[in-house]
Amino acid sequence: MRRLGERFTLLGPGLAYLTALMVVPLVLVLSYSIFQRGRFGGLVHEPTGENFARLFDPLYLDVLVTSVKLAGVTTVLALLLGYPTAYAITKLPPKWKTVALIALVLPFWTNFLIRTYAWIVLLSPAGLVNDALTGWGLIDEPLQLLYRRPAIVAGLLYAYLPLMVLPLCAALERMDDELLEAAANLGARPARAFLSVTLPLSLPAVITGCVFVFVPSIGNFVVPELLGGGQTAMVGNLVRDQFLKARDWPFGATLALAVVAMLVVLLMLQAWSARRLQGGRDA
Amino acid sequence: MRRVPLWLTFVFLYVPIVVVVVMSFNAGDSPFNWSGFSLKWYGELAADEQIRTGLGNTLIVAAGSTALSTVLGTLLAVGLARHTRSKLLDAIATLPVILPDIVLAIGLLAFYALVQLTLGLYSVLLAHAVFGTAAVAAVVRTRLATTDPSLEEASRDLGANGFTTFWRITLPSLAPGVVAGALLAFTLSIDEFVIAFFTAGPQSPTLPIVIYSMVRFGVTPEINALATVLLAVTFTAILAVQRLTRLAGTR
Repeated sequence: MRRLGERFTLLGPGLAYLTALMVVPLVLVLSYSIFQRGRFGGLVHEPTGENFARLFDPLYLDVLVTSVKLAGVTTVLALLLGYPTAYAITKLPPKWKTVALIALVLPFWTNFLIRTYAWIVLLSPAGLVNDALTGWGLIDEPLQLLYRRPAIVAGLLYAYLPLMVLPLCAALERMDDELLEAAANLGARPARAFLSVTLPLSLPAVITGCVFVFVPSIGNFVVPELLGGGQTAMVGNLVRDQFLKARDWPFGATLALAVVAMLVVLLMLQAWSARRLQGGRDA
Repeated sequence: MRRVPLWLTFVFLYVPIVVVVVMSFNAGDSPFNWSGFSLKWYGELAADEQIRTGLGNTLIVAAGSTALSTVLGTLLAVGLARHTRSKLLDAIATLPVILPDIVLAIGLLAFYALVQLTLGLYSVLLAHAVFGTAAVAAVVRTRLATTDPSLEEASRDLGANGFTTFWRITLPSLAPGVVAGALLAFTLSIDEFVIAFFTAGPQSPTLPIVIYSMVRFGVTPEINALATVLLAVTFTAILAVQRLTRLAGTR
Protein backbone atom coordinates (compact mmCIF):
# COMPACT_ATOMS: atom_id res chain seq x y z
CA MET A 1 0.00 0.00 0.00
CA ARG A 2 2.82 2.35 0.90
CA ARG A 3 4.53 1.58 -2.42
CA LEU A 4 1.34 2.48 -4.21
CA GLY A 5 1.17 5.88 -2.53
CA GLU A 6 4.81 6.49 -3.34
CA ARG A 7 4.34 5.57 -6.97
CA PHE A 8 1.42 7.94 -7.18
CA THR A 9 3.39 10.83 -5.64
CA LEU A 10 6.34 10.31 -7.97
CA LEU A 11 4.55 9.63 -11.25
CA GLY A 12 1.32 11.52 -10.65
CA PRO A 13 2.31 15.19 -10.98
CA GLY A 14 4.49 14.84 -14.08
CA LEU A 15 2.10 12.55 -15.92
CA ALA A 16 -0.91 14.70 -15.02
CA TYR A 17 0.93 17.74 -16.36
CA LEU A 18 2.00 16.07 -19.61
CA THR A 19 -1.50 14.68 -20.07
CA ALA A 20 -3.16 18.07 -19.62
CA LEU A 21 -0.70 20.08 -21.71
CA MET A 22 0.36 17.56 -24.32
CA VAL A 23 -1.97 14.59 -24.67
CA VAL A 24 -5.16 16.67 -24.45
CA PRO A 25 -3.81 19.28 -26.94
CA LEU A 26 -2.90 16.49 -29.37
CA VAL A 27 -6.37 14.99 -29.03
CA LEU A 28 -7.76 18.48 -29.73
CA VAL A 29 -5.70 18.76 -32.93
CA LEU A 30 -6.97 15.34 -33.94
CA SER A 31 -10.60 16.29 -33.28
CA TYR A 32 -10.27 19.65 -35.04
CA SER A 33 -9.32 17.87 -38.23
CA ILE A 34 -12.74 16.26 -38.55
CA PHE A 35 -14.71 19.44 -37.89
CA GLN A 36 -15.54 22.37 -40.15
CA ARG A 37 -14.70 25.97 -39.84
CA GLY A 38 -17.65 28.12 -38.85
CA ARG A 39 -18.46 31.23 -40.82
CA PHE A 40 -16.74 33.53 -38.32
CA GLY A 41 -13.73 31.35 -37.62
CA GLY A 42 -15.46 29.26 -34.96
CA LEU A 43 -16.03 25.55 -35.07
CA VAL A 44 -18.96 23.59 -36.46
CA HIS A 45 -19.20 20.33 -34.57
CA GLU A 46 -20.26 18.19 -37.49
CA PRO A 47 -17.84 15.49 -38.57
CA THR A 48 -16.54 15.90 -42.09
CA GLY A 49 -13.85 14.45 -44.31
CA GLU A 50 -13.56 17.72 -46.16
CA ASN A 51 -10.30 18.80 -44.53
CA PHE A 52 -8.58 15.62 -45.55
CA ALA A 53 -9.94 15.94 -49.09
CA ARG A 54 -8.48 19.44 -49.25
CA LEU A 55 -5.00 18.04 -48.67
CA PHE A 56 -5.24 16.71 -52.23
CA ASP A 57 -6.24 20.04 -53.70
CA PRO A 58 -3.38 20.72 -56.20
CA LEU A 59 -2.64 24.02 -54.44
CA TYR A 60 -1.92 22.33 -51.10
CA LEU A 61 -0.64 19.06 -52.53
CA ASP A 62 2.04 21.07 -54.31
CA VAL A 63 3.18 22.61 -51.02
CA LEU A 64 3.25 19.18 -49.36
CA VAL A 65 5.28 17.70 -52.21
CA THR A 66 7.69 20.66 -52.18
CA SER A 67 8.12 20.27 -48.42
CA VAL A 68 8.86 16.56 -48.72
CA LYS A 69 11.36 17.29 -51.51
CA LEU A 70 13.19 20.05 -49.64
CA ALA A 71 13.26 18.12 -46.36
CA GLY A 72 14.28 14.99 -48.31
CA VAL A 73 17.18 16.72 -50.10
CA THR A 74 18.29 18.19 -46.76
CA THR A 75 18.22 14.71 -45.18
CA VAL A 76 20.21 13.12 -48.02
CA LEU A 77 22.85 15.88 -47.90
CA ALA A 78 23.03 15.56 -44.11
CA LEU A 79 23.62 11.83 -44.50
CA LEU A 80 26.28 12.26 -47.21
CA LEU A 81 28.19 14.79 -45.12
CA GLY A 82 27.27 13.38 -41.70
CA TYR A 83 28.20 9.72 -42.19
CA PRO A 84 31.86 10.26 -43.14
CA THR A 85 32.08 12.96 -40.45
CA ALA A 86 30.77 10.59 -37.77
CA TYR A 87 33.12 7.88 -39.05
CA ALA A 88 36.11 10.25 -38.84
CA ILE A 89 35.10 11.37 -35.32
CA THR A 90 34.99 7.81 -33.97
CA LYS A 91 38.50 7.21 -35.35
CA LEU A 92 39.94 10.22 -33.49
CA PRO A 93 42.05 9.75 -30.36
CA PRO A 94 39.78 9.84 -27.25
CA LYS A 95 40.72 13.36 -26.17
CA TRP A 96 40.02 14.87 -29.59
CA LYS A 97 36.85 12.84 -29.87
CA THR A 98 35.37 14.70 -26.89
CA VAL A 99 36.48 18.04 -28.31
CA ALA A 100 34.97 17.20 -31.72
CA LEU A 101 31.66 16.14 -30.16
CA ILE A 102 31.39 19.32 -28.09
CA ALA A 103 32.32 21.44 -31.12
CA LEU A 104 29.64 19.62 -33.06
CA VAL A 105 26.81 20.42 -30.64
CA LEU A 106 27.85 23.97 -29.69
CA PRO A 107 26.35 25.67 -32.77
CA PHE A 108 23.27 23.54 -32.30
CA TRP A 109 22.62 25.19 -28.95
CA THR A 110 22.76 28.72 -30.25
CA ASN A 111 19.55 30.48 -31.03
CA PHE A 112 17.88 29.00 -34.08
CA LEU A 113 16.88 32.41 -35.48
CA ILE A 114 20.43 33.69 -35.12
CA ARG A 115 21.74 30.67 -37.02
CA THR A 116 19.24 31.34 -39.79
CA TYR A 117 20.12 35.03 -39.77
CA ALA A 118 23.79 34.10 -40.30
CA TRP A 119 22.83 32.62 -43.65
CA ILE A 120 21.12 35.84 -44.73
CA VAL A 121 24.41 37.60 -44.00
CA LEU A 122 26.37 34.94 -45.92
CA LEU A 123 24.15 34.58 -48.97
CA SER A 124 22.97 38.14 -49.60
CA PRO A 125 24.25 39.88 -52.79
CA ALA A 126 26.87 41.80 -50.77
CA GLY A 127 27.58 38.81 -48.52
CA LEU A 128 30.68 36.70 -48.01
CA VAL A 129 29.86 33.98 -50.53
CA ASN A 130 29.28 36.44 -53.39
CA ASP A 131 32.31 38.45 -52.29
CA ALA A 132 34.49 35.38 -52.44
CA LEU A 133 33.14 34.29 -55.83
CA THR A 134 33.65 37.72 -57.42
CA GLY A 135 37.00 38.14 -55.67
CA TRP A 136 38.28 34.91 -57.19
CA GLY A 137 36.97 36.06 -60.55
CA LEU A 138 34.54 33.15 -60.80
CA ILE A 139 31.57 35.43 -61.44
CA ASP A 140 31.22 39.05 -62.58
CA GLU A 141 27.88 39.90 -61.03
CA PRO A 142 26.72 38.85 -57.56
CA LEU A 143 24.46 35.80 -57.81
CA GLN A 144 20.95 35.76 -56.42
CA LEU A 145 21.53 33.10 -53.77
CA LEU A 146 19.04 34.22 -51.18
CA TYR A 147 15.31 33.65 -51.56
CA ARG A 148 15.84 30.52 -53.66
CA ARG A 149 15.23 26.89 -52.75
CA PRO A 150 18.93 25.99 -52.29
CA ALA A 151 19.09 28.71 -49.62
CA ILE A 152 16.29 26.92 -47.74
CA VAL A 153 18.16 23.61 -47.98
CA ALA A 154 21.37 25.29 -46.76
CA GLY A 155 19.55 26.79 -43.77
CA LEU A 156 17.85 23.49 -42.85
CA LEU A 157 21.07 21.51 -43.29
CA TYR A 158 22.90 23.98 -41.11
CA ALA A 159 20.24 23.76 -38.45
CA TYR A 160 19.96 19.98 -38.22
CA LEU A 161 23.26 18.41 -39.39
CA PRO A 162 24.43 17.62 -35.81
CA LEU A 163 21.23 15.58 -35.31
CA MET A 164 22.44 13.27 -38.08
CA VAL A 165 26.02 13.00 -36.86
CA LEU A 166 25.29 12.27 -33.18
CA PRO A 167 23.32 8.98 -33.50
CA LEU A 168 25.77 7.81 -36.17
CA CYS A 169 28.71 8.50 -33.84
CA ALA A 170 27.00 6.51 -31.10
CA ALA A 171 26.38 3.54 -33.40
CA LEU A 172 29.83 3.52 -35.04
CA GLU A 173 31.45 3.84 -31.64
CA ARG A 174 29.67 0.75 -30.35
CA MET A 175 30.64 -1.27 -33.39
CA ASP A 176 32.69 -4.34 -32.70
CA ASP A 177 36.11 -4.02 -34.35
CA GLU A 178 36.49 -7.79 -34.20
CA LEU A 179 33.81 -8.13 -36.85
CA LEU A 180 35.87 -5.97 -39.21
CA GLU A 181 39.01 -7.95 -38.37
CA ALA A 182 37.14 -11.16 -39.09
CA ALA A 183 36.05 -9.73 -42.44
CA ALA A 184 39.64 -8.76 -43.21
CA ASN A 185 40.92 -12.19 -42.19
CA LEU A 186 38.40 -13.77 -44.51
CA GLY A 187 39.92 -11.75 -47.31
CA ALA A 188 37.52 -8.81 -47.58
CA ARG A 189 39.01 -5.54 -48.77
CA PRO A 190 38.26 -2.49 -46.56
CA ALA A 191 35.61 -1.20 -48.98
CA ARG A 192 33.91 -4.59 -49.09
CA ALA A 193 34.09 -4.94 -45.30
CA PHE A 194 32.54 -1.50 -44.93
CA LEU A 195 29.69 -2.34 -47.31
CA SER A 196 28.86 -5.74 -45.83
CA VAL A 197 29.63 -5.18 -42.16
CA THR A 198 29.80 -1.54 -41.03
CA LEU A 199 27.04 -0.11 -43.18
CA PRO A 200 24.34 -2.74 -42.44
CA LEU A 201 25.12 -2.60 -38.72
CA SER A 202 24.78 1.18 -38.66
CA LEU A 203 21.53 1.17 -40.64
CA PRO A 204 19.22 1.75 -37.62
CA ALA A 205 21.33 4.78 -36.67
CA VAL A 206 21.17 6.02 -40.27
CA ILE A 207 17.40 5.86 -40.12
CA THR A 208 17.34 7.52 -36.67
CA GLY A 209 19.51 10.36 -38.01
CA CYS A 210 17.25 10.72 -41.05
CA VAL A 211 14.17 10.96 -38.80
CA PHE A 212 15.91 13.55 -36.61
CA VAL A 213 16.73 15.70 -39.67
CA PHE A 214 13.63 15.13 -41.78
CA VAL A 215 10.98 15.73 -39.11
CA PRO A 216 12.06 19.19 -37.88
CA SER A 217 12.92 20.19 -41.46
CA ILE A 218 9.47 19.48 -42.82
CA GLY A 219 7.68 21.26 -39.98
CA ASN A 220 9.93 24.33 -40.16
CA PHE A 221 8.38 27.63 -41.17
CA VAL A 222 11.13 30.05 -40.13
CA VAL A 223 13.81 28.98 -42.63
CA PRO A 224 11.47 28.98 -45.66
CA GLU A 225 10.21 32.39 -44.66
CA LEU A 226 13.54 34.08 -43.88
CA LEU A 227 15.74 32.37 -46.49
CA GLY A 228 13.08 31.46 -49.05
CA GLY A 229 11.67 34.96 -49.05
CA GLY A 230 8.12 33.69 -48.79
CA GLN A 231 8.25 32.51 -52.41
CA THR A 232 8.50 28.86 -51.52
CA ALA A 233 6.07 28.02 -48.78
CA MET A 234 6.49 24.77 -46.90
CA VAL A 235 3.79 22.95 -44.98
CA GLY A 236 4.89 24.67 -41.74
CA ASN A 237 4.11 28.06 -43.29
CA LEU A 238 0.66 26.80 -44.30
CA VAL A 239 -0.08 25.55 -40.78
CA ARG A 240 1.03 28.87 -39.29
CA ASP A 241 -1.11 30.83 -41.76
CA GLN A 242 -4.18 28.67 -41.18
CA PHE A 243 -3.91 29.23 -37.44
CA LEU A 244 -2.80 32.84 -37.22
CA LYS A 245 -4.04 34.46 -40.44
CA ALA A 246 -6.81 32.54 -42.19
CA ARG A 247 -8.24 31.36 -38.86
CA ASP A 248 -9.11 28.02 -40.39
CA TRP A 249 -8.03 25.89 -37.46
CA PRO A 250 -9.59 22.62 -38.69
CA PHE A 251 -7.60 22.69 -41.93
CA GLY A 252 -4.44 23.85 -40.14
CA ALA A 253 -4.81 20.91 -37.74
CA THR A 254 -5.26 18.53 -40.69
CA LEU A 255 -2.06 19.81 -42.32
CA ALA A 256 -0.20 19.32 -39.03
CA LEU A 257 -1.56 15.78 -38.85
CA ALA A 258 -0.11 15.10 -42.30
CA VAL A 259 3.30 15.96 -40.78
CA VAL A 260 2.61 13.71 -37.79
CA ALA A 261 1.59 10.88 -40.16
CA MET A 262 4.98 11.13 -41.88
CA LEU A 263 6.68 11.06 -38.48
CA VAL A 264 4.77 7.92 -37.51
CA VAL A 265 5.69 6.13 -40.75
CA LEU A 266 9.37 7.03 -40.24
CA LEU A 267 9.33 5.87 -36.62
CA MET A 268 7.78 2.55 -37.68
CA LEU A 269 10.51 2.16 -40.28
CA GLN A 270 13.09 2.87 -37.61
CA ALA A 271 11.63 0.32 -35.20
CA TRP A 272 11.44 -2.24 -38.00
CA SER A 273 15.09 -1.79 -38.99
CA ALA A 274 16.27 -1.99 -35.37
CA ARG A 275 14.22 -5.17 -34.86
CA ARG A 276 15.54 -6.71 -38.06
CA LEU A 277 19.11 -6.07 -36.96
CA GLN A 278 18.36 -7.58 -33.56
CA GLY A 279 16.79 -10.63 -35.18
CA GLY A 280 19.84 -11.05 -37.41
CA ARG A 281 22.09 -11.04 -34.36
CA ASP A 282 20.07 -13.66 -32.53
CA ALA A 283 20.00 -16.02 -35.50
CA MET B 1 42.00 11.94 -46.40
CA ARG B 2 39.61 10.36 -43.97
CA ARG B 3 39.35 13.61 -42.03
CA VAL B 4 38.32 15.76 -45.00
CA PRO B 5 34.57 15.41 -44.31
CA LEU B 6 35.24 16.27 -40.67
CA TRP B 7 36.94 19.52 -41.59
CA LEU B 8 34.25 20.26 -44.17
CA THR B 9 31.57 19.84 -41.50
CA PHE B 10 33.33 22.12 -39.03
CA VAL B 11 33.99 24.80 -41.65
CA PHE B 12 30.32 24.61 -42.61
CA LEU B 13 29.23 24.86 -38.95
CA TYR B 14 31.57 27.62 -37.83
CA VAL B 15 32.07 30.00 -40.79
CA PRO B 16 28.57 31.53 -40.44
CA ILE B 17 29.09 32.00 -36.70
CA VAL B 18 32.51 33.60 -37.14
CA VAL B 19 31.18 35.97 -39.81
CA VAL B 20 28.28 37.04 -37.59
CA VAL B 21 30.56 37.64 -34.60
CA VAL B 22 33.20 39.57 -36.60
CA MET B 23 30.58 41.78 -38.24
CA SER B 24 29.11 42.68 -34.83
CA PHE B 25 32.21 44.85 -34.32
CA ASN B 26 31.66 46.68 -37.59
CA ALA B 27 31.70 50.49 -37.45
CA GLY B 28 29.48 50.81 -40.53
CA ASP B 29 25.74 50.26 -40.92
CA SER B 30 26.02 47.07 -42.91
CA PRO B 31 26.47 43.55 -41.60
CA PHE B 32 28.24 42.75 -44.91
CA ASN B 33 30.95 45.36 -45.54
CA TRP B 34 33.70 45.86 -43.00
CA SER B 35 34.51 49.51 -42.33
CA GLY B 36 36.51 49.52 -39.11
CA PHE B 37 36.26 48.32 -35.53
CA SER B 38 33.64 49.73 -33.18
CA LEU B 39 31.54 48.71 -30.22
CA LYS B 40 28.71 51.03 -31.19
CA TRP B 41 26.25 48.22 -32.00
CA TYR B 42 26.68 46.86 -28.48
CA GLY B 43 25.74 50.33 -27.23
CA GLU B 44 22.66 50.35 -29.49
CA LEU B 45 21.80 46.89 -28.21
CA ALA B 46 22.03 47.92 -24.56
CA ALA B 47 19.77 50.90 -25.24
CA ASP B 48 17.16 48.93 -27.18
CA GLU B 49 13.94 48.96 -25.17
CA GLN B 50 12.31 46.17 -27.23
CA ILE B 51 15.20 43.81 -26.66
CA ARG B 52 15.34 44.55 -22.97
CA THR B 53 11.62 43.77 -22.62
CA GLY B 54 12.07 40.59 -24.64
CA LEU B 55 15.05 39.52 -22.57
CA GLY B 56 13.14 40.16 -19.33
CA ASN B 57 10.19 38.10 -20.57
CA THR B 58 12.47 35.30 -21.72
CA LEU B 59 14.21 35.12 -18.35
CA ILE B 60 10.88 35.01 -16.49
CA VAL B 61 9.60 32.23 -18.74
CA ALA B 62 12.87 30.29 -18.58
CA ALA B 63 13.21 30.57 -14.80
CA GLY B 64 9.57 29.67 -14.13
CA SER B 65 9.37 26.79 -16.57
CA THR B 66 12.74 25.44 -15.39
CA ALA B 67 11.60 25.45 -11.75
CA LEU B 68 8.39 23.62 -12.69
CA SER B 69 10.16 21.19 -15.04
CA THR B 70 12.87 20.35 -12.51
CA VAL B 71 10.37 19.29 -9.85
CA LEU B 72 8.05 17.42 -12.22
CA GLY B 73 10.87 15.89 -14.28
CA THR B 74 12.89 14.64 -11.31
CA LEU B 75 9.88 12.97 -9.65
CA LEU B 76 8.85 11.50 -12.99
CA ALA B 77 12.32 10.11 -13.67
CA VAL B 78 12.50 8.36 -10.29
CA GLY B 79 8.97 7.06 -10.70
CA LEU B 80 9.60 5.73 -14.20
CA ALA B 81 12.90 4.11 -13.28
CA ARG B 82 11.88 2.54 -9.99
CA HIS B 83 8.13 2.10 -9.93
CA THR B 84 6.82 1.10 -13.33
CA ARG B 85 7.65 -0.80 -16.49
CA SER B 86 4.82 0.70 -18.53
CA LYS B 87 5.85 1.41 -22.13
CA LEU B 88 2.95 3.86 -22.47
CA LEU B 89 4.15 6.04 -19.59
CA ASP B 90 7.65 5.91 -21.06
CA ALA B 91 6.29 7.05 -24.40
CA ILE B 92 4.38 9.96 -22.85
CA ALA B 93 7.54 11.12 -21.07
CA THR B 94 9.64 11.06 -24.27
CA LEU B 95 7.03 12.27 -26.77
CA PRO B 96 7.76 16.02 -26.26
CA VAL B 97 11.30 15.37 -27.50
CA ILE B 98 10.33 13.93 -30.89
CA LEU B 99 7.06 15.76 -31.51
CA PRO B 100 7.48 18.52 -34.14
CA ASP B 101 7.31 21.82 -32.25
CA ILE B 102 4.63 23.25 -34.53
CA VAL B 103 2.26 20.39 -33.68
CA LEU B 104 2.64 20.97 -29.93
CA ALA B 105 2.32 24.72 -30.55
CA ILE B 106 -1.05 24.54 -32.32
CA GLY B 107 -2.28 21.92 -29.85
CA LEU B 108 -1.50 24.22 -26.94
CA LEU B 109 -3.07 27.18 -28.73
CA ALA B 110 -6.25 25.13 -29.18
CA PHE B 111 -6.07 23.97 -25.55
CA TYR B 112 -5.70 27.52 -24.20
CA ALA B 113 -8.65 28.60 -26.36
CA LEU B 114 -10.70 25.72 -24.94
CA VAL B 115 -9.98 26.52 -21.29
CA GLN B 116 -10.17 30.25 -22.09
CA LEU B 117 -6.75 31.12 -20.75
CA THR B 118 -5.73 34.57 -21.96
CA LEU B 119 -2.41 34.38 -23.79
CA GLY B 120 0.41 36.13 -21.96
CA LEU B 121 3.65 35.09 -20.35
CA TYR B 122 2.02 32.38 -18.22
CA SER B 123 0.85 30.54 -21.31
CA VAL B 124 4.43 30.39 -22.66
CA LEU B 125 5.82 29.37 -19.26
CA LEU B 126 3.35 26.48 -18.93
CA ALA B 127 4.03 25.41 -22.53
CA HIS B 128 7.80 25.41 -22.06
CA ALA B 129 7.47 23.24 -18.96
CA VAL B 130 6.12 20.47 -21.23
CA PHE B 131 9.40 19.85 -23.08
CA GLY B 132 11.35 21.00 -20.00
CA THR B 133 9.84 18.20 -17.91
CA ALA B 134 10.69 15.64 -20.59
CA ALA B 135 14.27 16.97 -20.82
CA VAL B 136 14.87 16.91 -17.05
CA ALA B 137 13.33 13.43 -16.79
CA ALA B 138 15.60 12.13 -19.58
CA VAL B 139 18.79 13.54 -18.03
CA VAL B 140 17.93 12.40 -14.49
CA ARG B 141 17.16 8.90 -15.77
CA THR B 142 20.62 8.53 -17.28
CA ARG B 143 22.00 9.51 -13.89
CA LEU B 144 19.66 7.03 -12.14
CA ALA B 145 20.99 4.24 -14.30
CA THR B 146 24.43 4.70 -12.73
CA THR B 147 23.28 4.94 -9.10
CA ASP B 148 22.97 1.92 -6.88
CA PRO B 149 19.37 1.08 -5.80
CA SER B 150 20.69 -1.03 -2.90
CA LEU B 151 21.38 2.16 -0.92
CA GLU B 152 17.69 3.00 -1.12
CA GLU B 153 16.77 -0.53 -0.10
CA ALA B 154 19.16 -0.32 2.85
CA SER B 155 17.56 2.93 3.93
CA ARG B 156 14.13 1.29 3.87
CA ASP B 157 15.33 -1.79 5.71
CA LEU B 158 16.63 0.53 8.45
CA GLY B 159 13.10 1.86 8.82
CA ALA B 160 13.16 5.13 6.84
CA ASN B 161 9.88 5.96 5.13
CA GLY B 162 9.56 6.69 1.40
CA PHE B 163 9.89 10.44 1.81
CA THR B 164 12.99 10.27 4.02
CA THR B 165 14.63 7.80 1.65
CA PHE B 166 13.89 10.02 -1.34
CA TRP B 167 15.06 13.18 0.42
CA ARG B 168 18.19 11.83 2.13
CA ILE B 169 19.37 9.09 -0.25
CA THR B 170 17.88 9.28 -3.75
CA LEU B 171 17.94 13.04 -4.29
CA PRO B 172 21.51 13.75 -3.11
CA SER B 173 22.88 11.00 -5.34
CA LEU B 174 20.91 12.45 -8.26
CA ALA B 175 21.95 16.07 -7.64
CA PRO B 176 24.43 16.45 -10.53
CA GLY B 177 21.85 15.01 -12.91
CA VAL B 178 19.12 17.30 -11.58
CA VAL B 179 21.34 20.37 -12.03
CA ALA B 180 22.35 19.30 -15.54
CA GLY B 181 18.70 18.65 -16.41
CA ALA B 182 17.65 22.05 -15.06
CA LEU B 183 20.36 23.81 -17.09
CA LEU B 184 19.22 21.92 -20.17
CA ALA B 185 15.58 22.93 -19.60
CA PHE B 186 16.68 26.54 -19.07
CA THR B 187 18.73 26.64 -22.29
CA LEU B 188 15.94 25.00 -24.29
CA SER B 189 13.44 27.55 -22.99
CA ILE B 190 15.67 30.56 -23.71
CA ASP B 191 16.10 29.45 -27.33
CA GLU B 192 12.58 28.27 -28.01
CA PHE B 193 10.74 30.20 -30.70
CA VAL B 194 7.91 28.29 -32.39
CA ILE B 195 5.86 27.39 -29.31
CA ALA B 196 6.40 30.87 -27.82
CA PHE B 197 5.34 32.43 -31.14
CA PHE B 198 2.00 30.62 -30.97
CA THR B 199 1.30 30.90 -27.26
CA ALA B 200 2.66 34.33 -26.24
CA GLY B 201 0.26 37.22 -25.81
CA PRO B 202 0.80 40.20 -28.15
CA GLN B 203 2.03 42.31 -25.21
CA SER B 204 4.56 39.77 -23.99
CA PRO B 205 7.02 38.78 -26.71
CA THR B 206 9.99 36.66 -25.65
CA LEU B 207 13.48 37.47 -26.97
CA PRO B 208 13.33 35.00 -29.90
CA ILE B 209 10.05 36.62 -30.99
CA VAL B 210 11.74 40.05 -30.88
CA ILE B 211 14.68 38.68 -32.91
CA TYR B 212 12.25 37.18 -35.42
CA SER B 213 10.54 40.51 -36.04
CA MET B 214 13.91 42.30 -36.23
CA VAL B 215 15.26 39.85 -38.81
CA ARG B 216 12.07 40.06 -40.84
CA PHE B 217 12.27 43.83 -40.80
CA GLY B 218 15.83 43.94 -42.08
CA VAL B 219 19.41 43.15 -41.23
CA THR B 220 21.53 45.45 -39.05
CA PRO B 221 24.76 44.83 -37.12
CA GLU B 222 22.72 45.26 -33.95
CA ILE B 223 21.38 41.73 -34.57
CA ASN B 224 25.00 40.57 -34.95
CA ALA B 225 25.86 42.13 -31.60
CA LEU B 226 22.86 40.41 -29.99
CA ALA B 227 23.87 37.14 -31.63
CA THR B 228 27.39 37.45 -30.25
CA VAL B 229 26.15 38.05 -26.71
CA LEU B 230 23.76 35.08 -26.96
CA LEU B 231 26.53 32.89 -28.39
CA ALA B 232 28.82 33.77 -25.49
CA VAL B 233 26.07 32.97 -22.96
CA THR B 234 25.03 29.63 -24.50
CA PHE B 235 28.62 28.49 -25.10
CA THR B 236 29.41 29.12 -21.43
CA ALA B 237 26.23 27.39 -20.27
CA ILE B 238 26.82 24.33 -22.45
CA LEU B 239 30.42 23.98 -21.34
CA ALA B 240 29.18 24.17 -17.73
CA VAL B 241 26.59 21.45 -18.39
CA GLN B 242 29.28 19.36 -20.05
CA ARG B 243 31.48 19.59 -16.96
CA LEU B 244 28.58 18.77 -14.64
CA THR B 245 27.51 15.79 -16.71
CA ARG B 246 31.07 14.53 -16.73
CA LEU B 247 31.23 14.95 -12.96
CA ALA B 248 27.90 13.16 -12.72
CA GLY B 249 29.25 10.31 -14.80
CA THR B 250 32.52 9.81 -12.95
CA ARG B 251 31.49 10.17 -9.37
